[in-house]
Amino acid sequence: MIDKRVDTLDDAVAGVADGSTVLVGGFGNSGVPVELVHALLEQGAGDLTVVTNNAGSGETDIAALIREGRVRKIICSYPRSAGSVWFEQFWRAGRIELELVPQGTLSERMRAAGAGLGGFFTPAGADSLLAEGKEVRVINGRKHVFEEPLPADVAFIKAARADRWGNLVYHSAARNFGPTMATAAALTVVQVREFVELGDLDPEVVVTPGIYVDRVVRVAA
Amino acid sequence: MIGGLTPVAMARRVAADIPDGSYVNLGIGLPTLVGDVVGADKEIIYHSENGILGMGPAPADGEGDPELINAGKQPVTLLPGGAYFHHTDAFMMMRGGHIDVTVLGAFQVSERGDLANWATDQATMPPAVGGAMDLAVGAKRVLVMTTHTTRDGRPKLMAACTYPLTAAAVVDRVYTDLAVLDVVAGGFLVREMVAGVSPEELQSLTAADLRFADDVGVLPA
Repeated sequence: MIDKRVDTLDDAVAGVADGSTVLVGGFGNSGVPVELVHALLEQGAGDLTVVTNNAGSGETDIAALIREGRVRKIICSYPRSAGSVWFEQFWRAGRIELELVPQGTLSERMRAAGAGLGGFFTPAGADSLLAEGKEVRVINGRKHVFEEPLPADVAFIKAARADRWGNLVYHSAARNFGPTMATAAALTVVQVREFVELGDLDPEVVVTPGIYVDRVVRVAA
Repeated sequence: MIGGLTPVAMARRVAADIPDGSYVNLGIGLPTLVGDVVGADKEIIYHSENGILGMGPAPADGEGDPELINAGKQPVTLLPGGAYFHHTDAFMMMRGGHIDVTVLGAFQVSERGDLANWATDQATMPPAVGGAMDLAVGAKRVLVMTTHTTRDGRPKLMAACTYPLTAAAVVDRVYTDLAVLDVVAGGFLVREMVAGVSPEELQSLTAADLRFADDVGVLPA
């Protein structure tokens, strides 16, 4: 029998190794798997490369991981936000490496990894500082920059409901990076607010098929 | 200081150029005002990079969905007929040329239509790019809405940008508090100016050679 549900957040984050590349869903405060990130903090893995759109704010989730010195490198599109004080402090002190990636490229690099592709050429950033050191090719008269896939060891995402096969539906704009990140990691861990029976999710509207999902844990809303 | 348009008057002028039925992405900052002043006679579908089409106005105080936010992380609503989708799709819509119009802010625009709106030359703040590069290269029509000069009076319309580029040769039209200018072969062509500004004064506030249309219109206050 396939049952991807786990009982506790500790079980959900078990086995994440030091040095892992970790995808963390969310855009601003929408769709961030806060409880999974806090469980990872408890679990203790360090020397992490974190891939996420923003670099956290305040004292919770990604900001807390940075504050506790667990993040060696962050790959994101927009590290600054109101309250991104821990990231900024670590960045100024040279204690965290930043790889800045245009947002669409960030998402597409993960998609390429999930799709088994060796990368892609995009016009985004082709005339910018972010293309430095990358192959640039003129395609249909326009400059494109080559971007490599971005695979990961682990993905932490937040969805609304899951069944025991790991099929997922999301809630409004909290979907954001979740469906793409789910495809790009060797271990995809999902927090949901509700488990449902097999067959309860309308197959016409399942957003992430369970093939991409390894563990689901329920977190009270 | 010349009396220029208020931000709302600028937004009204931009809105007048957006055709009924357009798919539109409004950048963070000044451009978000455009959504507030588009006439009720037009049906516009707003796109947000975090996976929303059919985005509606901010919810009433205390109502709304905390996960339903726009690119600026502000709460929004979804109109009937709206849809959610994931980040990779949201950026396919941008890069793939499916967005009819984007309105972006700018630090600088060059006479070739180069856009600089993601980084200044400050080394004290970590860089952040977000979705600006994808949007600038992908939207069918790129409109820039910005004050004509910086707060301390320096030109923002340049012969060549001195700040790092977001994208090269992408801007179609610029709306400032003083003028509407098209980017055409050969540089900026002034289409409209506010009353009380002379061509010489406008030129003195611009770091590129201006040409003036034969029938320069009055930019309504």
